[in-house]
Amino acid sequence: MAVGKRPLSPHLQIYRPQLTSVLSISHRITGVVLAAGFLLLVYWLNALASGDAAYAAALSLLGAWPVRLLLFVGTFAFFYHLANGIRHLWWDSGRGFEMSQVYASGWAVVVSAAVLTLLAWGVLLSGGAG
Amino acid sequence: MNLRSPLGRALGLGAAGNATHHWWQQRITAVALALLGTWFAICLLGLDLGDRAALAGWIARPLNAALLVVLVLTAAWHSQLGSRVIVEDYVHGTLKVPLLVALQFLHAVAAAIGVVAVLQIAIGGR
Repeated sequence: MAVGKRPLSPHLQIYRPQLTSVLSISHRITGVVLAAGFLLLVYWLNALASGDAAYAAALSLLGAWPVRLLLFVGTFAFFYHLANGIRHLWWDSGRGFEMSQVYASGWAVVVSAAVLTLLAWGVLLSGGAG
Repeated sequence: MNLRSPLGRALGLGAAGNATHHWWQQRITAVALALLGTWFAICLLGLDLGDRAALAGWIARPLNAALLVVLVLTAAWHSQLGSRVIVEDYVHGTLKVPLLVALQFLHAVAAAIGVVAVLQIAIGGR
């Protein structure tokens, strides 16, 4: 049988999604989003270094509404990956593996990512903290 | 003549010969990015993103320029490590290796552009 056509044992689709599994795959998904975000950071730095006209063009692109929406999602991805990354580092120290702790830290990650995203955009839309 | 036993030479090497190297680099860059990312996010929120001269002036300060260079390089390395694992896990067949190579090239070029841009602003006075 050709590779790739072989039957697989029952996989992800037969399991009910749980907080633990959803947060786990979300870490990967937000990682991919942040890889795109890294390219955006480079684009932004490049526009900054390329002069006023180039930066104005970049600003009009980044300020467009569909792009703003993507940036909002990207901000959530940043805070989620940051919070869940800290959760992973905590696990790496061998702590926090009781089921109750895993769920508590999971919800803490979701809530803190949401709060930090709203906080950041609140500051951003009110014209910066400075 | 090598006096080490075959077992002694193989211990700790893992299947690919580099054991925990990838895993450890992912953690080191994760800790660095948690610090650098938080620093950069807070600084960005305090700056006027529409004012190019002010932004360039902020980047041109030695500490900011240095930390930005480290941020770009660390982010590129962390992203390279992570996206590599994702491709290795989900992409099989003829696309896998070309995609891995393309990802390495993309990250290397992006990192270089980022570093050059920061240096142009900081040293070149852009």
